[in-house]
Amino acid sequence: MIRDITIGQYYPAKSVLHRLDPRVKLVSTLLYLISLFLFKSIPGYIMATLFLFGVIRASKVPFKHIVKGLRAVVMLLMITVIFNLFLTRDGAVLFHKWIFTITEGGLRTAVYMTIRLIYLIIGSSLMTFTTTPNELTDGIEKLLYPLNKLHVPVHEVAMMMSIALRFIPILLEETDKIMKAQIARGADLESGNMIQRAKSMIPILVPLFVSAFRRANDLAMAMEARCYRGGEGRTKMNPLHYKTRDRIAYIVVIVYVIGVFLVGRYVPLGIWIF
Amino acid sequence: MGRTMIQTEKLIYEYERRDEEGNVVGTSRAIDQVDLEAVEGQFIAILGHNGSGKSTLAKHMNAILVPTGGTMWVDGRNTKEPEELWNVRQSAGMVFQNPDNQIIGTVVEEDVGFGPENLGVPTDEIWKRVEESLKAVGMISYRHHSPNKLSGGQKQRVAIAGVVAMEPKCIVLDEPTAMLDPVGRKEVLKTVQKLREKKGVTVILITHYMEEVIDADKIYVMDHGHIVMEGTPKEIFSRVDELKGYRLDVPQVTLLADELKKRGLAIPEGILRKEELVDYLCQLD
Amino acid sequence: MSIRLENLNYVYSPGTAYEKHALKDVSLTIPHGEFAGIIGHTGSGKSTLIQHLNGLIRATSGQIYYNEENIYQDGYNMKELRSQVGLVFQYPEHQLFEIDVMTDVCFGPKNQGLTLDECRERALEALRLVGLKEKYYKSSPFELSGGQKRRAAIAGVLAMRPRVLVLDEPTAGLDPKGRDDILEQIAYLHRQTDMTVILVSHSMEDIARYADRIIVMNHGEVMYNDEPKKVFAHFRELEEVGLAAPQVTYIMHDLKERGFTVDAGVTTVEEAADEIMAAMR
Repeated sequence: MIRDITIGQYYPAKSVLHRLDPRVKLVSTLLYLISLFLFKSIPGYIMATLFLFGVIRASKVPFKHIVKGLRAVVMLLMITVIFNLFLTRDGAVLFHKWIFTITEGGLRTAVYMTIRLIYLIIGSSLMTFTTTPNELTDGIEKLLYPLNKLHVPVHEVAMMMSIALRFIPILLEETDKIMKAQIARGADLESGNMIQRAKSMIPILVPLFVSAFRRANDLAMAMEARCYRGGEGRTKMNPLHYKTRDRIAYIVVIVYVIGVFLVGRYVPLGIWIF
Repeated sequence: MGRTMIQTEKLIYEYERRDEEGNVVGTSRAIDQVDLEAVEGQFIAILGHNGSGKSTLAKHMNAILVPTGGTMWVDGRNTKEPEELWNVRQSAGMVFQNPDNQIIGTVVEEDVGFGPENLGVPTDEIWKRVEESLKAVGMISYRHHSPNKLSGGQKQRVAIAGVVAMEPKCIVLDEPTAMLDPVGRKEVLKTVQKLREKKGVTVILITHYMEEVIDADKIYVMDHGHIVMEGTPKEIFSRVDELKGYRLDVPQVTLLADELKKRGLAIPEGILRKEELVDYLCQLD
Repeated sequence: MSIRLENLNYVYSPGTAYEKHALKDVSLTIPHGEFAGIIGHTGSGKSTLIQHLNGLIRATSGQIYYNEENIYQDGYNMKELRSQVGLVFQYPEHQLFEIDVMTDVCFGPKNQGLTLDECRERALEALRLVGLKEKYYKSSPFELSGGQKRRAAIAGVLAMRPRVLVLDEPTAGLDPKGRDDILEQIAYLHRQTDMTVILVSHSMEDIARYADRIIVMNHGEVMYNDEPKKVFAHFRELEEVGLAAPQVTYIMHDLKERGFTVDAGVTTVEEAADEIMAAMR
């Protein structure tokens, strides 16, 4: 169950995407996410889909593995669908019963938002699948380096993120263990109303927090013992330099974004199928 | 005798006890007047039950803690001097008990490179050191693995490699095997032993497993912050009842030899290996 | 309250790259009142096995009979099973969460639906059984020492008055005295009550001293299931799978090879001393 969450976990493989400079992947992911909101037409969706599938192929991460990551956010997707479906009042009424009304516009927004959300999640998880947290940190640090002049602790924030990512799987496993231990003591985590359920989480959350603090304490000590003293004077194992493939990747992404924008705006195929 | 690597003189560490509101209600001594010495290349073991002060002492060797009284020198540097801090930490690398809580990298080789990165070692040199260290602990074939997928013993070997990559003169291991199974324990000890032979590093091993210290050059036993026994393994293990009084134990073979001696057999004290005991018994027969 | 496993199989994440056959065709019976030891190196399936015993993990195939009742049959009361088969996890002190020790130990009985008085009564009984001093009952569990925390956590399971107590490496991380104390306490418990005790451990010395029977797990299979002497007679095979017999077993074997007339099957220091003294006479 809990260990099935694959979002945010590095998937080792030897692909072009894995080798790209993390800055390229960060910027491209951001651009892709923005691009999803640049169009409202079917050709736009086709382009975004083709691009996404192309990138998935290039990443060599199995499609199954990616889909598995989506399972963790099914609830979020359902909520989006329900909210959009029932709360958007736009166009012809397709269905009406008691307080529930579905309009044509509502259906359209629900479908589009779901697709967008799924693509958004796949897009960003592709970045974490192909980039080790350390690379990611390096990328963020270097991209945001100019902010250092404004006294933003860029290195520290980046380091914190990378550590958080490393400990997610450990803490998930720990949660699993604590849950089992409390169930073995007769804890009932599944029944009851909202308040009872929230209360039944206490025996899990308290030990989890205690453990997280203990780990944080240990880790801080281990880092200090290995001479960690912030970003100053630190060298890099993998210093970031743009290579030809990184430049090509930038061009591909920029061409795609412009393409989607133009198609969304000028290709008049935005007809509804239903 | 080589040069002194680690030395303490009347080392005291006191911490403040606080009540629930955070007011100081008194001080406790975790370490009290400790004198010890480790010479370059030696294997020194510090034994003691949980809460005896051995881990607190270990943290002084890396200047994570600094003495509140007395002095600690690491490779001739006083750990109290703020400007020596990073030199001290580089000279005496430290491996901790929990394998999960000391690995920073999400890929084995990234983790091993963490120390050298902090030291400002040039990139090419980092990679050379990472490769060498991983080879030294026998983990080179796991260099691209995620630490989460390794066994406890393997994780500890990665942690050791992370320290070795900083090229320390001394490695302090604070109960590195306490959370491992017997296979992992053996794995870690063999690795440490090999490092000592190949690189000549000084090893300080803190533990409560007696089997791990029979090869030590010298053993210190701690209790309530004091050093209560010191000597060679033979000397220490011949005092079975005293060790038990300090909540410690001896290997089964030593226990058996002691038991036979109590029942009247002429067996010398401080038997550490089963071959020794078998030989003596054969001579008696 | 016997436990009987029939052809138990368990497969982790079937159909994925991480698929792992954690238990293969495990069949065994643990009669009521026995002190059974389970050994095996990390990943041998012993932790997975014990989590089946109180229904925390459901087998992929095979059956488990508790007190001759199939726990997988429809309508079987799993909650009742969990209070009958108490499971103490590795590092159980990590599950402590309440404001004080007493309240924490009451958590199990409270979940069983008992009244406050009954909970307290059982908690007191359990705390006494694990030998935790009364002055700690009102302390926060986080302020206790490692050994005391562990006792409090074990009491938390005992307070449910289980008929079977399963302990997964209860001595991990403790110092020698702490380790002996906990094991003595468990042995005492076993003598005092008619509880079945199933002890998972890495230490052959410990298992040899306390268990009536040893179950050796290897790669998800039962490799040996016999009394300690007979299991340790296979010390060469045990070594091949990353285990070992107690040190005295080796000494006795060596002595036997050198012409001593001793029983090479002994597993404890006292027995070994007796044997050697007899042979020397």
